[in-house]
Amino acid sequence: MPELTTILFYIFAFITVGFAIIVVSTKNVMYSAVSLFMSLFGIAALFLLLRADFLALTQVMVYIGGILVLLIFGIMLTTKITDAEIKTNNLSYIPAAFFTTGIFVILIFVLYTTKWNQKTPIQNEETISQIGKALLSSYVLPFEIASIVLLVALVGAIMFSRKK
Amino acid sequence: MEITLYHYLTVGAILFSLGLYAMISRKNAIMILMGIELILNACNLNFIAFSKYGGLGVDGQLISIFVILLAVAEAAIALAIVLNIYNNFNTANIDEVDSMKD
Repeated sequence: MPELTTILFYIFAFITVGFAIIVVSTKNVMYSAVSLFMSLFGIAALFLLLRADFLALTQVMVYIGGILVLLIFGIMLTTKITDAEIKTNNLSYIPAAFFTTGIFVILIFVLYTTKWNQKTPIQNEETISQIGKALLSSYVLPFEIASIVLLVALVGAIMFSRKK
Repeated sequence: MEITLYHYLTVGAILFSLGLYAMISRKNAIMILMGIELILNACNLNFIAFSKYGGLGVDGQLISIFVILLAVAEAAIALAIVLNIYNNFNTANIDEVDSMKD
């Protein structure tokens, strides 16, 4: 009888990978967006299994609540729904599939031949307070730069989408 | 059988490859954006796997937070650009956008 975390890992890994395959294979852009939603949920669950509770919540809030809604807005605004032309075509499947398979094989080869610096994981530790302390002590400069990046992105997005 | 670092890295590699495939093979600009999101998620998964199994600790999670943040900024800007392209060319397919001026 395998452990519960093992079973959960396989379930969530299959959800993540399976829906990611649907994302790249379906012709309907809307189906891709919904599959991406499920795939991101699977990744959030994997984050929980990796004891990154704060990251899992951030993933759900930012990716699913923010980026995905933005993507669906983009789909709605850039396809003519009345034409039922919400489908997308694929360009050059076979070279792309060969190239990606090659990259995948190389990645797997590198992953399994490298001797990673592994340590035994620390059990049951909450991370939110550690992240908060690190953000305001050793990571305070990246934190401030990140806020500037967000501000610039906001201004840039407004500038791009403004009517001339 | 216990879950190790390699399981998570494998999932990350699969997601990365799928995202790359979406980026190469899709015409629609929004599908390319979805490919980028998959790639960024694969990278986040690797960072957090190393934060648990590789002794990276809370640093790995902080890097992931910054990656998520950049993904948000990137998605906002990229969608604004895609909307502009759609307004100018009346299509969101990248291969039909072939002139600098309209």
